[in-house]
Amino acid sequence: MVEKGTALLRKLEINVAEAEKRTGKNTVNMQETYTVYLIEIRPAETVPEGGTPAAPDTLWRRYSEFELLRTYLLVTYPYVIVPPLPEKRAEFVWHKLSADNLDPDFVERRRVGLENFLLRVASHPVLSNDKIFFLFLTEVSNRTHIYTYADSRLKSLSAMFRVKNPDKRFTALKHYSDELNTVISQLLRVRARVADRLYGVYKVHGNYGRVFSEWSAIEKEMGDGLQSAGHHMDTYAASIDDILEEEEHYADELKEYLFYTDAVRSVCRKHELIQYELEMAAQDLAHKKQQKEELATGTVRIFSLKGMTSKLFGQESQEQRESRLATLEQSIREGEETVKEKNAECQEFVRTAWEDIERFKEQKDKDLREALIGYAIMQISMCKKGIQVWSNAKECFNKM
Amino acid sequence: MSGQTVAADLSGHMLGLDEDEDLEVFTKNSSLADGSPMPNSPGSMVNQYRLEEDEEDQLGAYTKDIFVTVDNPESNVTAIETFIMYRVVTKTTRSEFDSSEYEVRRRYQDFLWLRSRLEENHPTLIVHPLPEKFVMKSMVERFNDDFIETRRKALHRFLNKISEHPILSYSQHFKVFLTAQDLVSQKKQGPGFLSRMGETVRAVANSVRGLRSRPEEFTVMQDYMENFSNKICSVDKVTQRIIKEQREYLDELKQYSPTYTQWAESEEELSQPLKAIASCVERCSKETEEQIHHLSEVLVPTLHEYVLCAETVKAVMRRRDNIQAEFEAKNEALVSRKVDQEALQEEVDGLADRVELANNALRGDWSRWQNGMRTDLRSAFISTAEKNVEHYEKCLAVWESFLLSQREELSQEQVEDAS
Repeated sequence: MVEKGTALLRKLEINVAEAEKRTGKNTVNMQETYTVYLIEIRPAETVPEGGTPAAPDTLWRRYSEFELLRTYLLVTYPYVIVPPLPEKRAEFVWHKLSADNLDPDFVERRRVGLENFLLRVASHPVLSNDKIFFLFLTEVSNRTHIYTYADSRLKSLSAMFRVKNPDKRFTALKHYSDELNTVISQLLRVRARVADRLYGVYKVHGNYGRVFSEWSAIEKEMGDGLQSAGHHMDTYAASIDDILEEEEHYADELKEYLFYTDAVRSVCRKHELIQYELEMAAQDLAHKKQQKEELATGTVRIFSLKGMTSKLFGQESQEQRESRLATLEQSIREGEETVKEKNAECQEFVRTAWEDIERFKEQKDKDLREALIGYAIMQISMCKKGIQVWSNAKECFNKM
Repeated sequence: MSGQTVAADLSGHMLGLDEDEDLEVFTKNSSLADGSPMPNSPGSMVNQYRLEEDEEDQLGAYTKDIFVTVDNPESNVTAIETFIMYRVVTKTTRSEFDSSEYEVRRRYQDFLWLRSRLEENHPTLIVHPLPEKFVMKSMVERFNDDFIETRRKALHRFLNKISEHPILSYSQHFKVFLTAQDLVSQKKQGPGFLSRMGETVRAVANSVRGLRSRPEEFTVMQDYMENFSNKICSVDKVTQRIIKEQREYLDELKQYSPTYTQWAESEEELSQPLKAIASCVERCSKETEEQIHHLSEVLVPTLHEYVLCAETVKAVMRRRDNIQAEFEAKNEALVSRKVDQEALQEEVDGLADRVELANNALRGDWSRWQNGMRTDLRSAFISTAEKNVEHYEKCLAVWESFLLSQREELSQEQVEDAS
């Protein structure tokens, strides 16, 4: 699923090997229990014959630290679709699965998800070169100092603004991302309900096991057949646990792309912001140019306070006008610079973003197709188990 | 039945005769206390009930010479009521029948009449139960198609069970049921309501008295039936529960396909595999529907029949107990009283014979019934297991064809990429 194409992955092997419970005091000085995950780094060279593999460098990190890293990546690489983290809280659960964050199954699935996150970042052509990411993997650092700079842009992403000429491609992408989000959410909901029901069907067959066993006690010729058929019913009922556990992997694969849609949306929003800033700068420049023109020709086309006051209190002197003109021209030059910069920024953003978007699309198609194939393989395995159990049961019934 | 003719005035049952047995047919019409004709000598009656241990022999000795079908339910509307009439077709080579083919129309009430006659005449034979009068719990409409079809099948099975019974199939009532165009006039013959009432009162009185000593074999039988009844009811309940869970599962499963299809619409590369998955899930849904249907059509009716059978056998055992109790009561009176011994003695002897007759009847029919039960239940369970295997095999094929299509897609893409 993850390609080893980057320099980082050629150097290092990354694992999230274990999870452990810890207790400690949190920021408001209250006792809390949390889970930490062990990150293991090994050099990626093949071990020579007879040699022992090098001991890994390890460090422990908790989920919130991963969150900080991701926020940093989001801010630093606004044009990149940053891989998502596994879910904070268990969602789309079917009844047997616990929604408790400390539940061992949830922790295990989160461990796998965190490892997947690190591998995704490590295999990204841009993100894998990031210094902070490398430090995250290797140094037990004081986590606060790296991430505390809050980019004002991140805050402004939640602000409302309208772009005059939205880029059609980004609009289409945002639309797609929304649709994908909707449809995967729906799929996960259906899956949870189906899992619940299927669990019920299999488990009720366990009652056959119990009743057949009791019944066999009162029968002579039918006894053996009933008894052994009952055992197969028990086997059938028990088999659903493994089947559904495997299906969780499929659900997790879908969830990753559900969360990816948020990252895609985020890139679109960042583009909108840059576009908006460009438009604002252009608008500002146009306004200033107009002002200059008015000042130069003496006509007042646009309403301005200066124009108003000059009408009321008389025209200003020649020096005043010239001084104002000069200031304005300076401002215009600065404005042109700004527009040029913003334009370049925007174009660069669009270029790099679309590179990443294309990369993402390919990755998504490949990963999801593999996930669907995986799902089919799971179904096949389930069918084979079913065939076996019921064939065995039929043999037993024959002996009745 | 070659070479044997039946006296026309025999209103009771025909004896199940083995061709080697030189058995007389009794025409003397003295009745037993419960109204069925009494044979002259119990000894000769014993021989008529063969305890066949070897099932194959039994099948060999009994070749089917009467075929009955129940079909074609039709609604009949009169001024007072609406009811369903079923067509009953009989094809037979038996010489007691004037023709080789009969077609009559019967309603549920008629079946009830037949069964109660059979039970009256053979109190300790196990007469297959009829489908229930009205299924309260599911509040099914009486004229609902599914209900009618289920009932028709059960009625068909009932008549077939009777026609396969070595004694019951020769019952005059059975013949009348199969052949008479006008059953109403036939129904009016036979022991009246009052005599049946009398029997019930006697039965209650006797049961209150209790049995002095039930033969061990019948106690064993009773214990077994108690347990069997519990177990078969449990199996029936579990099966109903499975059907319920399967239906709920199917409802949820049906949501998958539209979701995958919707997703396919916003994708390019993924559109094909998503549509393929949608189609796979839809086919699996259909297979699940069939699986549920099979359970309802095959396993549930069989289990249900044997739930009713268990009650039938328990009733048979109660009747046997009553017959014994009646005898014991009179016998005690005989022993204690000094006067009128001769008349009482004859009555007691008659009752003793009746007890032996009843016991032998039950004994014979018991092993027959057990074999039938084993065969029927085994076959229903096997059929269910086979259907489940078939279900999984079909779903397996569906998913494997998906994998194949993906591999083809992939290799095609690789060819395209290379060029």
